[in-house]
Amino acid sequence: MDTHDHAPTPATIKPAAPAPVPANGAHANGNGNGHSIVEVKLKALYYGSFKAVRDTDLAIKRNAITAFIGPSGCGKSTVLRSINRMNDLVRGFRFDGHIHFRGRDIYDTKIDPVAVRRHIGMVFQQPNPFAMSIYRNVTFGLRLNGYKGNIQDKVEQALRGSALWDEVKEKLHQSGLALSGGQQQRLCIARAIATEPEVLLMDEPCSALDPVATRKIEELMLELKKRFTIITVTHNLQQAKRVADMTGFLYVDTTQGARTGYLVEYGPTEGIFNDPKEKHTKDYIQGAFS
Amino acid sequence: MSVLPIRRQTMVEGDIDLSKLERRLREPRTLINAALNWLVAGLTVLAMVPLFSVIFMLLWRGGQRLGIALFTELPPGAGMVGGGIGNALLGTVIMVGIATLLSVPVGILGGIYLAEFGPNTKTASVVRFAAKVLTGLPSVIAGVFVYALVVTTMGTFSALAGGVALSILMLPTIILTAEDAIRMVPHRMREAAIGMGCTQTQAILKVILPTARPGILTGVMLAVARAAGETAPLLFTALFSDYWIRRLHEPSASLAVIIYDFSGQPYPNLIEIAWAASLVLVLIVLGLNIAAQFYLRKSFTK
Ligand SMILES: Nc1ncnc2c1ncn2[C@@H]1O[C@H](COP(=O)(O)OP(=O)(O)OP(=O)(O)O)[C@@H](O)[C@H]1O
Ligand SMILES: [Mg+2]
Repeated sequence: MDTHDHAPTPATIKPAAPAPVPANGAHANGNGNGHSIVEVKLKALYYGSFKAVRDTDLAIKRNAITAFIGPSGCGKSTVLRSINRMNDLVRGFRFDGHIHFRGRDIYDTKIDPVAVRRHIGMVFQQPNPFAMSIYRNVTFGLRLNGYKGNIQDKVEQALRGSALWDEVKEKLHQSGLALSGGQQQRLCIARAIATEPEVLLMDEPCSALDPVATRKIEELMLELKKRFTIITVTHNLQQAKRVADMTGFLYVDTTQGARTGYLVEYGPTEGIFNDPKEKHTKDYIQGAFS
Repeated sequence: MSVLPIRRQTMVEGDIDLSKLERRLREPRTLINAALNWLVAGLTVLAMVPLFSVIFMLLWRGGQRLGIALFTELPPGAGMVGGGIGNALLGTVIMVGIATLLSVPVGILGGIYLAEFGPNTKTASVVRFAAKVLTGLPSVIAGVFVYALVVTTMGTFSALAGGVALSILMLPTIILTAEDAIRMVPHRMREAAIGMGCTQTQAILKVILPTARPGILTGVMLAVARAAGETAPLLFTALFSDYWIRRLHEPSASLAVIIYDFSGQPYPNLIEIAWAASLVLVLIVLGLNIAAQFYLRKSFTK
């Protein structure tokens, strides 16, 4: 593939600054405007005849952590997985709308989803290293892309980047499956960042981990956002508060028989937690903290 | 609430410490448990009796001929002394080799199709059904079929025809075990591969097949073991030969057929050879089975 330009973007968004989300028309100027790297304009999303998500528009800021929160089944994973077209694997999946990645609509028929996934990496809920050595796990994406440079350096860099190097440097050629759950998850992060994707999607990356491993991953996310844009899903509101710069609240009122989720509110994390505008958001956050 | 289980635990420990064997024997459930354990152990031993008596018998009757000559010499003629099963062993290896070359690629590709591309299609269910029926196919049918298909068109019995017949017997086992092994690869591995930017083909070649490899190889080894011992299909296809095999389109000797043929002869020397050939065949089959078990075990502990 091509080499990714990692133009350093100095704009580290301070969570406190309630900067308004850039207007959604921003994609018009090519590679995004330096703030938003991904723009989701989802009208409706179907699994077969079932409408899972509707009306979800948001712009993801570059080099920031965006978290999706909301009750189970509201479509957080679904929205996240449409950003790198993972949902294409699901039979009957249909997407009505656009998702712009650096100004290009990735749901354009001309777009190759495989190429999209090489720029937008993913870390899953369950750690899922391949049944290979640690070393080969990390080099997997590099070999896939026909990387020509110094692989050894890349491996060390990726493993240091995922805060795993010191724990595994002695046993790079042992199976990745022999690591602990938290280590496996960090190995998966190393595998994902080795190819330097621009965006990293993380679907509840800590839900299978204990509190210590969770804190480690959270610290790692804060470190990684300097180099990548991170979009994550979490059930842990404390975690969203700790790590996320921006938070989106999705909701589906199953008590009323509805099953279609949608984005209720989106903005800087501080605002969502301390001063939610919508009643549903307020109820959800109060319910979770009371 | 939390006190209760702890209490019970210490009580049980106390019981064991205080009154070891006697106490436990008096309780009906320990009695039943012990009785059932003995029953299971006894039946297990019973189930092993046929296998071990066969091996014992073969070692007893065939073991004395085990030696270099057995593997290097041609079968003796009627009334002659000495001789070996060299050409039969070679024939079996060649024909099983041909069968493996034919059935392994087709079988693994078929398994990939069933597991990955069309698991729920009509084609897949028909193929799966056909494969299951074929696993139960009497081997003589495969022999007759290949006789009609290959032997009559080529105009001669041949090692090639033997290999084709054996491949028909191996194919269904390989397809079905390959499908199973590929299906056993956890879905999250697939997702990880696709998420890394693999095309479907790359995901299969780079992640799914390597992960499923132990299971697939186990199936192949079991199929080879079965094919090595088949007699009936070879009687109709490769027939027999008293000489070393030189070309694939000539008849060939095989272990299974030499056993079948010599064991019915009135000459003690030939009968001894048949016993020795049986021993060699069983050792091959046993070795393959143990290797398959070992390989599968290794894949689970990895
Ligand atoms: N592969 C699929 N096929 C059909 N329906 C699906 C599929 N995946 C999700 N859904 C449905 O879409 C809706 C949203 O699911 P999704 O997994 O996105 O929820 P979520 O917000 O991530 O929930 P959770 O917090 O429990 O993970 C649910 O009603 C779910 O049943
Ligand atoms: Mg989810």
